[in-house]
Amino acid sequence: MTIASSTQFICFIALSAAVAIGALGVVLLPNIVYSAFLLGGVFLSVAGLYLLLNASFVAAAQVLVYVGAVNVLILFAIMLVNKKENLAAIPGLALRRVLSGAVCAGLFALLLRVAFSTPWATPGPEPLGDEATIRIGEHLFSDYLLPFELASVLLLMAMIGAIVLARRDVFTTDIATGEPADQGLIEKSRTPLLLENSGPANAGLEAPLLETNP
Amino acid sequence: MTLDLTTVPLQGYLALAAVLFCTGVWGLINSRNAVRVLMSIELMLNAVNINLMAFSSYLDGQLIRGQVFAIFVITVAAAEAAVGLAILLSLYRNRETVDMERFNLLRW
Repeated sequence: MTIASSTQFICFIALSAAVAIGALGVVLLPNIVYSAFLLGGVFLSVAGLYLLLNASFVAAAQVLVYVGAVNVLILFAIMLVNKKENLAAIPGLALRRVLSGAVCAGLFALLLRVAFSTPWATPGPEPLGDEATIRIGEHLFSDYLLPFELASVLLLMAMIGAIVLARRDVFTTDIATGEPADQGLIEKSRTPLLLENSGPANAGLEAPLLETNP
Repeated sequence: MTLDLTTVPLQGYLALAAVLFCTGVWGLINSRNAVRVLMSIELMLNAVNINLMAFSSYLDGQLIRGQVFAIFVITVAAAEAAVGLAILLSLYRNRETVDMERFNLLRW
C-alpha cells in the first residue's frame, strides 16, 4: 500500500457514501437528466474505489469507457427521447414498489450474510502495486487471448447491430411502382422539425431551407 | 476476527457492492422510463465489477485474474449499452413513448 491506511479508510468511506447516495439518486430522482449526471458521479466514484484497490489500469478503463462513452451515450439517448408524457396511472403501484423493496432488502440481507459468514482466506498474497498493468497485459496475450479476440468480435457485432437498429427504415422496393430500389439508402421522409411552411415536405430538407432563408 | 477500523476489510467492499446491486435491482423493477432501466443495469454491472476487483486485490494479489475479468465485463457492458440504446431508439420511433408499461407487444 502506498498511502497510509487511515487515509485509505477515509477515502473508502467517502467514496462508498458517494456511490450509495448516487445510486439512490439515479433510481429515485424524477428528472432523468439529473439521474444521468449522478450516474456519471457513481462511475467516477467506482473508479476511485479501483484506485484504492491498486488497480490503476482498470480505473482508467472505467473512466474512459463508462464516463466517457456509456454515460455520454445515455445522455444522447435522453436528449433524443426526452418527451414530456403523462404516464398512465397503474393500479397498485405503491404496493408493487413496497413488495419489490422487500424483495431487494431480502436479497441484500442474503448477500450480507454470505459476505460476513464466509471465512475468506485473507490475507492473501501480497498485492501487486504498479506492476498490475504489466500482469494484465501478460494475461491478455497468453491465457486470456481467446476471450480478448472474441471481445473484439463482440464489439464489432455490437457496433454493426447498433447502426442497423438505430437507423431509419429503409425501403428496398419503391413504394409507388413496386420495383426494387436501385440503392438501399432511401430514407423515409423525416419529420419536419424546422420547416413549417416551405413547400413540399418530402422534397428534401436542404433545398427549401436555403430558399426560404432571406 | 478483530475489528480494526484503520484498514478496510474485504467485507466492506462486498457490502458496498451489495448495496449497489440491490439498488440496481429495485430500479430495474420499478422504473417506468426505459433509459432509467438501462442505467439500473449499468449500476448492477458496476456492483459485480467492484466484487471482482475486491476479490482480485484481497485474495488473488499476484495473478490478478479478477481485474482481467473486470475489463471483459466493462467491454461487454459497453456493447450492451450501445445495442440497448439502439433498441430503445427504434422502440421510441415505433411506439412514440419510453414508458415500460406500454411496451407490451409480446406480453400475454
